[in-house]
Amino acid sequence: MKAKSFSLKEFLINYGVILVMVILVVFTAFRSPNFVSFNNINNLLLNMSSRLVIALGIAGCVITAGCDLSAGRMIGLGGCIAGVLLQKADYAGRFFEGGKPMNVLLALAVVMLITAAFGAVTGFFIAFLDVPPFISTLAMMEIVYGINLLFTDATPLGGYVESYTNLASKGIGPIKWLLIIALIVGLVSWFIFNMTRHGKYMYAIGANPQAAQVAGVPVRLTLVLIYAKAAAFYGLAGFMLGAKSGGASVNLGLGYEMEAIAACTIGGVSVTGGRGKVSSAVIGVAVFELLKAALQFLGVNANAQWIALGIIIYIAISLDIRKYVAKK
Amino acid sequence: MAEYYLELKGVSKSFPGVKALDNVSLSIRPGTVHALMGENGAGKSTLMKCLFGIYKMDEGEVRIDGKPVTINNPDEAMEMGVAMVHQELQPVLPRSVAENMYLGRFPTHNFGPLKVIDHKKMNEETVYWLKQVGMDFDPKTPLSELSIGQMQTIEIAKAVSRDAKVIIFDEPSSSLSEKEVDVLFSIMEDLRKKGVAMIYISHKMDEIKRIADDITIMRDGTYVGTWPASEMTTDDIIAKMVGRELTNIYPEHNDHPGEVVLEVKGLSSIHEHSFQDCSFTVRKGEIVGFGGLVGAQRTELMEAVFGMRHIAAGEIYVEGQKVDTHTPRRAMDAGVGLITEDRRGNGILGCLSIKDNVGVSIYDKNLTAGFVLDHGKINKIVDDSIEQLSIKTPNMNEAIGNLSGGNQQKVIIARWLANSPDILVMDEPTRGIDVGAKHEIYEIMVKLAQEGKAIIMISSEMAELLGMSDRIYVMCDGHIRGEITDPAEMTQEKVMSYATQF
Repeated sequence: MKAKSFSLKEFLINYGVILVMVILVVFTAFRSPNFVSFNNINNLLLNMSSRLVIALGIAGCVITAGCDLSAGRMIGLGGCIAGVLLQKADYAGRFFEGGKPMNVLLALAVVMLITAAFGAVTGFFIAFLDVPPFISTLAMMEIVYGINLLFTDATPLGGYVESYTNLASKGIGPIKWLLIIALIVGLVSWFIFNMTRHGKYMYAIGANPQAAQVAGVPVRLTLVLIYAKAAAFYGLAGFMLGAKSGGASVNLGLGYEMEAIAACTIGGVSVTGGRGKVSSAVIGVAVFELLKAALQFLGVNANAQWIALGIIIYIAISLDIRKYVAKK
Repeated sequence: MAEYYLELKGVSKSFPGVKALDNVSLSIRPGTVHALMGENGAGKSTLMKCLFGIYKMDEGEVRIDGKPVTINNPDEAMEMGVAMVHQELQPVLPRSVAENMYLGRFPTHNFGPLKVIDHKKMNEETVYWLKQVGMDFDPKTPLSELSIGQMQTIEIAKAVSRDAKVIIFDEPSSSLSEKEVDVLFSIMEDLRKKGVAMIYISHKMDEIKRIADDITIMRDGTYVGTWPASEMTTDDIIAKMVGRELTNIYPEHNDHPGEVVLEVKGLSSIHEHSFQDCSFTVRKGEIVGFGGLVGAQRTELMEAVFGMRHIAAGEIYVEGQKVDTHTPRRAMDAGVGLITEDRRGNGILGCLSIKDNVGVSIYDKNLTAGFVLDHGKINKIVDDSIEQLSIKTPNMNEAIGNLSGGNQQKVIIARWLANSPDILVMDEPTRGIDVGAKHEIYEIMVKLAQEGKAIIMISSEMAELLGMSDRIYVMCDGHIRGEITDPAEMTQEKVMSYATQF
C-alpha cells in the first residue's frame, strides 16, 4: 500500500475546526492576557467538567445514530434530587423539614439510579417499540420536567452542606474534584467504548443495525443500556452543576442537550452513526467552551455569540458529512 | 402502420467486465402480447432499461412505427407512447389514487395570480380513465388501502391515459392472486383489441400459454429467437432458455456427506405469499444448493431458519434436537450461521474496521475477567483469518467499506468461521464479486465441507448451482418443488422445470 500523500484539503476537512479554535485562542490570549490567567483556566475547566460528562452520555446515543433531547431536563432532575438530599440540617428553607443531609456519595448514587431508570424507559421505547429516538427522548424530556416541577413545586433549592459544595472549590492541589470526576467518567467511558463488548455492540449498531442483528448482537438490550447509561451521566452532571453553583432549580440544564449534541459532532461523533471516540467528545466540549469564553473576552456582544455558535455547528457538521458520506 | 409497432434492432450493451447484451433484437406487432422470456440475468431488464433510456445502449436502434427514434429517459419514452408497469411498483402510498395518477403532471387552473391544482378535474379524469380499464374506485382513496393488483391497474390506467401504444409488463403477476391475474388478463385483452402492443415479462408458463401471441427468448445477454406462442411447448421454452454450454470452472470436490445435521420440517411463513410448508435436510460435509428464480422465497426461508423472520408453523432440528431459533442469537447458539445476500444492507458494518467486522460475533466469547475484551486473542483470530482467506488489506484496522466486494465477502466469511458454526448458509455467496475472488470462495466452501461443515448455498447462477452442489433443492413461489440427488439428473432443464412450477 502506498503511503498517503499529504493533502491540504483533507487536513482542513479533518482538523479545520480545531485549527480555527487554536487560532482564536492564541489571538484572544494576545489581545487579553487575562484569558490565560489561573482563575480563568480554572473556571473554564470547571465548566467543561460537567459539559464533558453530558457529552459522553449523549455520545453513546449519537454513535448509534440516535440522539437524546431529554438530557437537559434529566440534568435538572438530577440537580434537584441532589439538592434536596444535601441541604444543611439547620437551613431555614429546607425542602424536607427536619432530618439530616445524606452522605454525598450515597446521594450521588440515588441521583444516578433515578435518572438511569428514566433513561431505561426511554431506551425501552426506542428498542422494543421502535419509537424513533428523537420522539422517545422528546417525550421523556416533557415527562421528566413535569415530574421535577411537581416534586420541587418549582422552588429553587439552596443551603447545601459544605462536603457537597467543596467538590467545586477543593480538590487535589489545584485540580478540583469536579474535574477529577470528569476525568474518571472519561476513563470509564473510554473503557466501555473500547474494552467491553457493550461498546463494540454500540458501534456495530450505529454502523448498520440490520447487519449487527444478523451478526448476533443483542441490539435491543444494548440500546436500553446505552440510554440508561447516558441518563445516569446526566444525573451526575446535574449533581456536579449543583455543587458548582451551590443551588439548583427546575430549569437547571435547560438546552444543554443541544450544546452536548453540537459538541459531540464538532469533535467528530458522526450523526450518521458508527463513528466517534471519547476524544471526540473531549475535543468537542473544549472547542465549544473555549469558543464561548474567547468571544466573551473579545467583547463580542453576548447576543451575537449565539450566532457564532450556530455558524460553528454548521461548519463542523458540513465538514463531518463531507468526510464520510462523500466517500461512497 | 408498419408491421411492427416497436422494433429494437441489434442492441448491445457492456458494463465493465461483462457484456450484458449482445446484438439483441425484439419486434412487437400492434395488438399483440409478446412474451419476453429468459432466466434471471438473461438481460431482459437491461434490454428494457436500454429501451427507456435508463441505460445508454452501445449499439443498436429503436424504431417506433417504422421511424428511428432516440429515447433518453422514461419521460421521453412516455411522450412517444411507451409505458411500463413495473415489477416493483413505486407508488406514493399515503396519497390518493388520483394524485398518484397525475403525479408530476397535475392539472392546474388559475386562482388569481396563482396556478393551483385543479382537484375536481383531476378526480373526474381519474374516474374516467379507471373506467377505461374496467375499474371503479373513489379517486380520493389513499393508495395504501389498495391491493398490489389494484395498484397495477392504476399504473395501467395511467399508461392508457397518456395514450400509450406500447405497454411493458415486468412480471406483473408475481404478487397477484389468481383472481387478480384474471382481471389483469381481461384488461390486456381489451388493450389488444385497441391495438396496443404489449411486452409481457414472466416466468409463468401457463400464463404465457394463455396470453402470449409471440415469444422471444433471451439467454446470457444474447437473442435466442422468436416464435409464435402456439408452436412452443413448455419443454421447448425451457430447453431454449437454458441451452448453454457449461464450462466447469469449479473446484473438484468429492464430498462424503455424513449424518443429517439440520432438518427443517414444514416451515411456513406468516405471510401467505412467502415460503410455505418447506421441508429439507442437510448432512455433515455436504454442499446443498437451493435453486430457483429470483423471488422464489429462498432468502426468506433461510432467514427464517436463522431467526430473522417469523414463522407460522414448522420445526427446526439441529443434530436431532428441536431448536427454537427465533432470534439470530439463538440460531448462532444452535450452530447456524448466515452469510446474507445483501452484503451492504445487512452484511458489512461499513464504517468499522475489519477487526470489528470479524470480531462482532465473537466478542462475547473472548473476555477476560468476564467483561474485559481480550484484544490479544481477538487480534490473533482476525490476523489468522486474514491470512487463511488471503484477504487483501494493509492491516486489520482498515475500514471494510474500503475493500473490494470479494474481500468484503471474505471478511464476512471470516466472521462466521471465527464463530465456527456447524451449518453455514451462504446466500448468493459470489454475487458482485470478480472471477478470481469467486474461485477463492468456491475453494473455501469445498474446504469447509471437507472439514465436516454443512453448507447451504442459495444461488441464482445456474452454472454455480450445478457446479458446486452435492444435492439441489429447487424452489418456486414459496414451495420446494423438487430435490435433485442423482448427479446425472443435475441438468439446467431439470432445475428450470422445477423453478417454473408455479
